[in-house]
Amino acid sequence: MVFRDLYFELPAGRALLLNGANGSGKSSLLKIISGLLSAQGGNIISHNKDISQNILDDKDWISRNICYLAHKNGLKLEMTVAENLKFWANMEHHANMGHLEEDIRTEAIKIGLEHCLDLPVYYLSSGQARRAALMRVLCHPGRIWLLDEPTVGLDKSGVKLLSGLMNDHLARGGSILAATHIQLGIDADKTTMLNMSDFAFSTATSPEYGPPKYNPKKSLLC
Amino acid sequence: MLGLILLIITRDLRLSVRHGSATGMVIGFFVMVVIMFPFAIGPEQKILARISVGVIWVAALLSCLLSLDRMFQTDYEDGSLDQFILSPVPLELVVMAKCMAHWLTTSLPLIAITPILGIMMNLPKEGFLPLILTMLLGTPALSFIGGIGASVTVTLRRGGILLSLLILPLYIPVLIFGTLAVKAAIGGYPAMDHLMLLSGFSLFSAAIAPWAAAAAIRAGLE
Repeated sequence: MVFRDLYFELPAGRALLLNGANGSGKSSLLKIISGLLSAQGGNIISHNKDISQNILDDKDWISRNICYLAHKNGLKLEMTVAENLKFWANMEHHANMGHLEEDIRTEAIKIGLEHCLDLPVYYLSSGQARRAALMRVLCHPGRIWLLDEPTVGLDKSGVKLLSGLMNDHLARGGSILAATHIQLGIDADKTTMLNMSDFAFSTATSPEYGPPKYNPKKSLLC
Repeated sequence: MLGLILLIITRDLRLSVRHGSATGMVIGFFVMVVIMFPFAIGPEQKILARISVGVIWVAALLSCLLSLDRMFQTDYEDGSLDQFILSPVPLELVVMAKCMAHWLTTSLPLIAITPILGIMMNLPKEGFLPLILTMLLGTPALSFIGGIGASVTVTLRRGGILLSLLILPLYIPVLIFGTLAVKAAIGGYPAMDHLMLLSGFSLFSAAIAPWAAAAAIRAGLE
């Protein structure tokens, strides 16, 4: 078990920033909310509806409302940025096909990648690849963004750009749940901080998950 | 539905074309394995003719196996697999499309080169058409059953050998009915029963593989 007794609310238009030591369960929490992992106990409730039961209906709700950006970018190195984005837009079938090309171009200009759209991801630097991954988030219609270390690889101007985009998203009534170690530059009055280390489930105190108890003397005898 | 399958197949074909080497290596391996036999057994034409069908089929199974472990591995490594799971498209559909793409990029090139190997192995001329036909009917089963194996081993670092051990026994029915049908046709006996069993096996594996493989992927990523 990684953490326990964790409770929080995330209203529309607010951001919740998760920090805490490595291994304190920031990524795990994001994965649980996105439905990739299942928790040993507890509920996730949206609009008075429990979405953590892992039934098909939930999956549909999650894929329409939640956009998850993992630590990995989820881009194919052999395909161009535009091809990658178009593929995911089609898969998430929210694409307004007529406008898709235009939409991608507008987002690319916003995030400073317009000259890289037709380059294979293979040629991009890690920061540029992260920007391309963020573009997928921007193209997603979901109101709730789950971002796992969104600033990895980004330069200073990239981080500033991301702050602006996140503030825009909050202003539109979206919500953000981000795991991060640095200041993301989101308006302070819209932000709640949550230190995951406070909820850590210490392995030393757990009889079930603690290290195997063994007696050195006894093991010597064996 | 069909559009989504085509979308994923197009993506995988594009990746395979851009990546290039994978299909080429599989064909190279196929040819090399078949060439080994005349060297090992000697150039006596009667013996070669007798073993030709079996050798070509076994070589095809092994070559197919060679490319299986990359089926979901690349998507797992770059994070695309997580996104497939989170997208509104059912994972079963994704698996099915990926198995079809695997057949198009692996088995189809193998079938295309089989006549040349047939000549090399002194395959009787009545055997060419039946051999191609059995391969067309039987190789889909290789991709679909292989898909189950690939999904079970996707999270393992060196899953390749385990994959072979898991999958090769399941390929035996394809091998038996594939070779029996060709031998019957060469000997002038009716081969219809064998062909029907072979196609039945392919259809059966196509029916169960998407569900089995999707379940394995979900369980593996937890």
